[in-house]
Amino acid sequence: MAATPLLELNGIDKSFGPVQVLHDVGLSVYPGEVTALVGDNGAGKSTLVKCISGIYTIDSGTVTYDGNQVAIHSPRDASALGIEVVYQDLALCDNLDIVQNMFLGREKKRGIVLDEPTMEQMAGDTLASLSVRTVKSLRQLVASLSGGQRQTVAIAKAVLWNSKVVILDEPTAALGVAQTAQVLELVRRLADNGLGVVLISHNMNDVFAVSDRIAALYLGRMAAQVKTTDVTHSQVVELITGGRSGNLGLPPEKPADFGGDVVDITPGGDK
Amino acid sequence: MSTTTTTTAGGVKVVKPTVGSYLNDYWGRVRGGDLGSLPAILGLVVLSLIFGVARDTFFSSLNFANLFNQGAQVVFIAMGLIFVLLLGEIDLSAGFASGVCGAVVAILLTNHGWDWYTAIPVALITGLVIGFVLGFLVAKIGIPSFVVTLAAFLGFQGLLLVLLGGGTNISTRDEFFNSLNNDNLSVTWSWILAIVAVLGYAAVQFNQVRSRAKRGLVTDPLGIVLLRIGGLAVLVLVATALLTQERAINPAINSLKGVPIVVPIIAFFLVLWTFVLGRTSYGRHVYAVGGNTEAARRAGIPVDRIRISVFVIASFMAAIGGIMAVSRASSVDPNTGGSNILLYSVGAAVIGGTSLFGGKGKVINAVIGGAVIAVIDNGMGLLGFSAGQKYIFTGVILLIAASVDALARRRAAATGNR
Repeated sequence: MAATPLLELNGIDKSFGPVQVLHDVGLSVYPGEVTALVGDNGAGKSTLVKCISGIYTIDSGTVTYDGNQVAIHSPRDASALGIEVVYQDLALCDNLDIVQNMFLGREKKRGIVLDEPTMEQMAGDTLASLSVRTVKSLRQLVASLSGGQRQTVAIAKAVLWNSKVVILDEPTAALGVAQTAQVLELVRRLADNGLGVVLISHNMNDVFAVSDRIAALYLGRMAAQVKTTDVTHSQVVELITGGRSGNLGLPPEKPADFGGDVVDITPGGDK
Repeated sequence: MSTTTTTTAGGVKVVKPTVGSYLNDYWGRVRGGDLGSLPAILGLVVLSLIFGVARDTFFSSLNFANLFNQGAQVVFIAMGLIFVLLLGEIDLSAGFASGVCGAVVAILLTNHGWDWYTAIPVALITGLVIGFVLGFLVAKIGIPSFVVTLAAFLGFQGLLLVLLGGGTNISTRDEFFNSLNNDNLSVTWSWILAIVAVLGYAAVQFNQVRSRAKRGLVTDPLGIVLLRIGGLAVLVLVATALLTQERAINPAINSLKGVPIVVPIIAFFLVLWTFVLGRTSYGRHVYAVGGNTEAARRAGIPVDRIRISVFVIASFMAAIGGIMAVSRASSVDPNTGGSNILLYSVGAAVIGGTSLFGGKGKVINAVIGGAVIAVIDNGMGLLGFSAGQKYIFTGVILLIAASVDALARRRAAATGNR
């Protein structure tokens, strides 16, 4: 597929006080592809996402966006670059309608007056470009939407601003079967529209259903980044739980793991 | 579905509403727990009928005009409280804040001989400062608003006593100032303002429909728009006709007719704050912070600044309420803004349909709820009930309103329509 990554992380370190959460993490996000970010609880997925979105600042390492090295210090910086995150809790206001939620904090104005017709039109166009046909009215309160529809609104909110990278944090975690299928279809469509999509998920079926690449984090290290077609279900599970699978993944910590006849390359290991 | 016509709004297929489907949708929302001001309006009608039947003076134009003057202070304070309630906060000090601002204006007018046009701005600025301090303590220091404003409630009660030198009564003699909440517009001006109000409302409605139709967006059905305009026109014109009649007991001595001056002032602030809440990004952000603070924060909304600003607005409106109360009595005493004023104001907002849980409410709620309170107070007074009985009845009404709010919320949660 596309040769150059849209977003590339290299050697990212992040510590909270004495605890180092991310060790030398690298991640590449390609336009038009879904990159699944997998890992067990506490592997550092959320921390990595928060580093990309500017909620946390990185200790060291480089972020390259569209060929240029960038520094992201706040969520505003990330949005300005075109990086949007859809959090697990969606961050929607139940008491506002779909259009109001999609433009929250970035309302279109004419003078000091809100430009409702323009906003409604843009919201409608965006939803249409995502082939969303399931809402009764754009002026429906978000409170009256189903879980899948809310997820759709949150995703539409993220792509409204011509963003190029969309990061989705467990978008299907709370959904039923039919709605999960709907949202996954939407995720696929985002990538087909040329966006770089990062999908965080625990669900292997979802990962294999939509992703082009899989990046597995293990205890704060990037165990492997592979094409989805090159690995099997169980290999990915091994990467998540053990950090490696066969010749994929992190180097072993003990030479015995290689069967004894392999040179130990672990620094600080017995010679 | 009573309609099958579909149209495209920016590309998404939506059902084009007809008058029937619009009313159906409205009824659906009501059943789903989104009641708005409906219970208050029904209550207002029922109470008015009961009082009207029991005492025919209730419907006299003299009494009708009195309702506005009596209810003005509560309505102004309630308008400001709506902003605070929208964030799920509370301002218990609004009553005595209005008393303090009223005392400031009276002292400047009477003791220092200032003119109304310098004294009133100073009182309003006092309100702004009070609100800023309260909001700062809540938003930046992080003290619950209940505690901050409870402390301020006591503090302002004391400040009022200190300002008035331990409990003296200061009367105001400035003619313009005293006319604000006592006198009436001339009959001509009454009609001019009534007609301007109706035409202005109609223009806004039609303009909205036109600008949406031009973009190919779904518009409210024409029948509904006309119904709204017609409804307002009937209400405004009938009220004006009533108020422009001679209502003095002895017209030869002192003619009394025209719309009370306080009515256009209430209307001005109603329009102003409705505009701010409904049509500006500031208002949108107030609703957002009230609905989901975390979402608002992530959307880049300055949550702390919004939180401070609502207290500023509340205290500013309290200052106006205080000015109106002093004008009405032509004097200020240690109980101005005290006793039941604050509870009536919170009651007005809640009875009108503003939720105590935050995120839901409109400025018109203050006016409708204030009308209910004024009608109860006035009607029960006419029927000869004692003050104690009035308090009990108002308390019961407030409890009913709060129960309606809580039940509607539960029902809304059950139907997924909060």
